[in-house]
Amino acid sequence: MTEQIQSRNVVAAIPNGGDSRSRRQTSNLRKNLFDYSGLIPFFVFATLFIGGPTFAVIFNAFLSNEGSWTLANVQLAFTDVYYLSLLSSLKLALASASTGVIFGLAIAYGVAISGKPKLQKIVSTASGVFANTGGVPLAFFFIAAIGNYGLVTVGLQKVGIDIYSGSFTLFGFSGLVLVYLYFQIPLMIIVVYPALEGIKSEWREAAVNLGASKALYWRYVGIPILTPAVIGSFFLLFASAFAAYATANVLTQGTIPLLPLQVGTLVSGDVVADQANVGFAMGLVMIVVVGIAMTFYTYLDRRASRWRKR
Amino acid sequence: MTNKSGSAVEMINLQRIFGDVKALDGLNLTIKPGQLVALLGPSGCGKTTALRLLAGLDLADGGQITVDGRDITNVPANKRDMGMVFQAYSLFPNLTAVENVAFGLKVRGISEEIRIKKAKELLDLVGLSREANRYSHQLSGGQQQRVALARALAIEPKVLLLDEPLSALDAKVRTQLRDEIRRIQLEVGTTTLFVTHDQEEAMAMADLVGVMSNGKLEQIAAPDDIYANPATAFVASFVGAMNRIPAKLSSGKVEFLGQSVKYGGGSSATTVVALVRPESISVTPTKVNDSKSGTVIARSFLGPQTRLTVKTHEHGTHLHVDMASSDALELTAGTNVSLTITASTVLTDADGKN
Ligand SMILES: Nc1ncnc2c1ncn2[C@@H]1O[C@H](COP(=O)(O)OP(=O)(O)OP(=O)(O)O)[C@@H](O)[C@H]1O
Ligand SMILES: [Mg+2]
Repeated sequence: MTEQIQSRNVVAAIPNGGDSRSRRQTSNLRKNLFDYSGLIPFFVFATLFIGGPTFAVIFNAFLSNEGSWTLANVQLAFTDVYYLSLLSSLKLALASASTGVIFGLAIAYGVAISGKPKLQKIVSTASGVFANTGGVPLAFFFIAAIGNYGLVTVGLQKVGIDIYSGSFTLFGFSGLVLVYLYFQIPLMIIVVYPALEGIKSEWREAAVNLGASKALYWRYVGIPILTPAVIGSFFLLFASAFAAYATANVLTQGTIPLLPLQVGTLVSGDVVADQANVGFAMGLVMIVVVGIAMTFYTYLDRRASRWRKR
Repeated sequence: MTNKSGSAVEMINLQRIFGDVKALDGLNLTIKPGQLVALLGPSGCGKTTALRLLAGLDLADGGQITVDGRDITNVPANKRDMGMVFQAYSLFPNLTAVENVAFGLKVRGISEEIRIKKAKELLDLVGLSREANRYSHQLSGGQQQRVALARALAIEPKVLLLDEPLSALDAKVRTQLRDEIRRIQLEVGTTTLFVTHDQEEAMAMADLVGVMSNGKLEQIAAPDDIYANPATAFVASFVGAMNRIPAKLSSGKVEFLGQSVKYGGGSSATTVVALVRPESISVTPTKVNDSKSGTVIARSFLGPQTRLTVKTHEHGTHLHVDMASSDALELTAGTNVSLTITASTVLTDADGKN
């Protein structure tokens, strides 16, 4: 699994905001088949590049090196360094998703209420680009900027600020969180913006008119309306960080055990022979975690968009 | 439901300026307790602005607003006790109909038991008891507006404010709900300001109709009075159908179509346009071709009434003439007719807008 998962999620997130009900009602079978015929290339693609590998991962996860069925791989995936890597991946996803949610929400809210259409256009376009930036180029960009000898690092040292004087290192956990924010914040902006834009000024004015203070408006109306969208976005960001591979691979060089990196190493068989199937078992764990997160996301996004109709 | 008598509202010389647009340019408006006043006027004349100033959702650049004699110009919106019904989409989507109606009572700290009971009474009043637990996306446009009305009434507002509450609805629901709003308003006795650009709606519902133009009130009067005795050329042309006929003004008389009628106000230039209602012209078949005659060029049957379109011989002006359908039987297209003005006075407008 590579950084591609991010771009796939973003693409999936947008049409999801619409109303799916009308599409469900078509009854005529032949018409249905015709409607779907345009999707054949998509289904072929999905089968080859999503279904196939997923099946291979699941299949291999339960296969011993001798070729018989076993649960040993899965059990092994929850021990020692493998278990640690699951934990640190969860921790990384949690940290980067929650920071991303907070900053992304703040920026999206500011832009949404600014009433400046030009700014809104720029931010949404830029977010679309940056949310899909990831992988090796992103890692090198950060190394060049704030690595040990990066431009910003050196520049700041000249004026007496040493960003490395504390415990910070670009190549550790906090560095990864920072770098991930580079795509997490824009991703948050993209997914939460429709919800913010959907907040009608009439709701605020009606609340005030009925005697509510600003605080009460937020408590009874604003926050309840936004909550599903915000929590849903959190799960999307969580999945995106949890599954990211290339950026982490370049930045940490294996110093932090992360689940996707472990899977990569084990499955490619470079280092430890005979352990490929443990890698598949861990891949299965990844699929399950991402699957759960995406299920929450889809459910909450649907709830949120119910209010966005009309 | 408590039947409290409404409050008196006075808007004095209100000013509101957006950049170089004078949305309100010295608006004066008085509403007596319990009255329903409809504000009528073309788009952009400042109706919504007036309503928002009264609700406190926007602040005046000058002037004063009083309710029951108390100056509320600087009272914040959430302390004004005004119930507003917006054009559309104002229900809180995360709350059910009954919770929406109870919202104003909830923020006033009224116990759940009492506020739900009251909210249910109000839903009953607007005929939606069965829809109490629905969310707004499960209600039709008309139902949503009923809930919005119930929600505004729940706080027993001093003044009820409605900004084109029916304009997003289809014609049938609109007339039905319009009558219902009036019934409820009379029942609860709340002073009400109703904004609309639909004159039929204004005429049908209001005690008084206020006609606005360019941020000012042109005239305020009972519906029949506004129609029969418009104070200005603007009101005359805006309310109801009006013929514009080239005329001359001399010594207190308006001369047109070979007749002379007492001048009732308006432009006092020598060359003017006489404003005459379609029902203030009567026609009789004639053989003569003179300045007071014309030719019927079209006829449309409107049920009890028929509207003729007559082209005058004098200026070739197209006039509308309304008459009882039974009298219009032989007045087919091509008939030569003599035109008689039956109004005792006419208003005039400046020439050049024909
Ligand atoms: N917030 C605002 N900023 C700038 N101009 C405004 C604002 N609100 C109203 N205006 C202007 O003030 C004038 C009066 O607007 P208002 O909304 O009161 O008109 P209206 O009579 O309600 O019209 P309509 O029938 O179209 O609703 C218009 O020219 C409008 O463009
Ligand atoms: Mg308006």
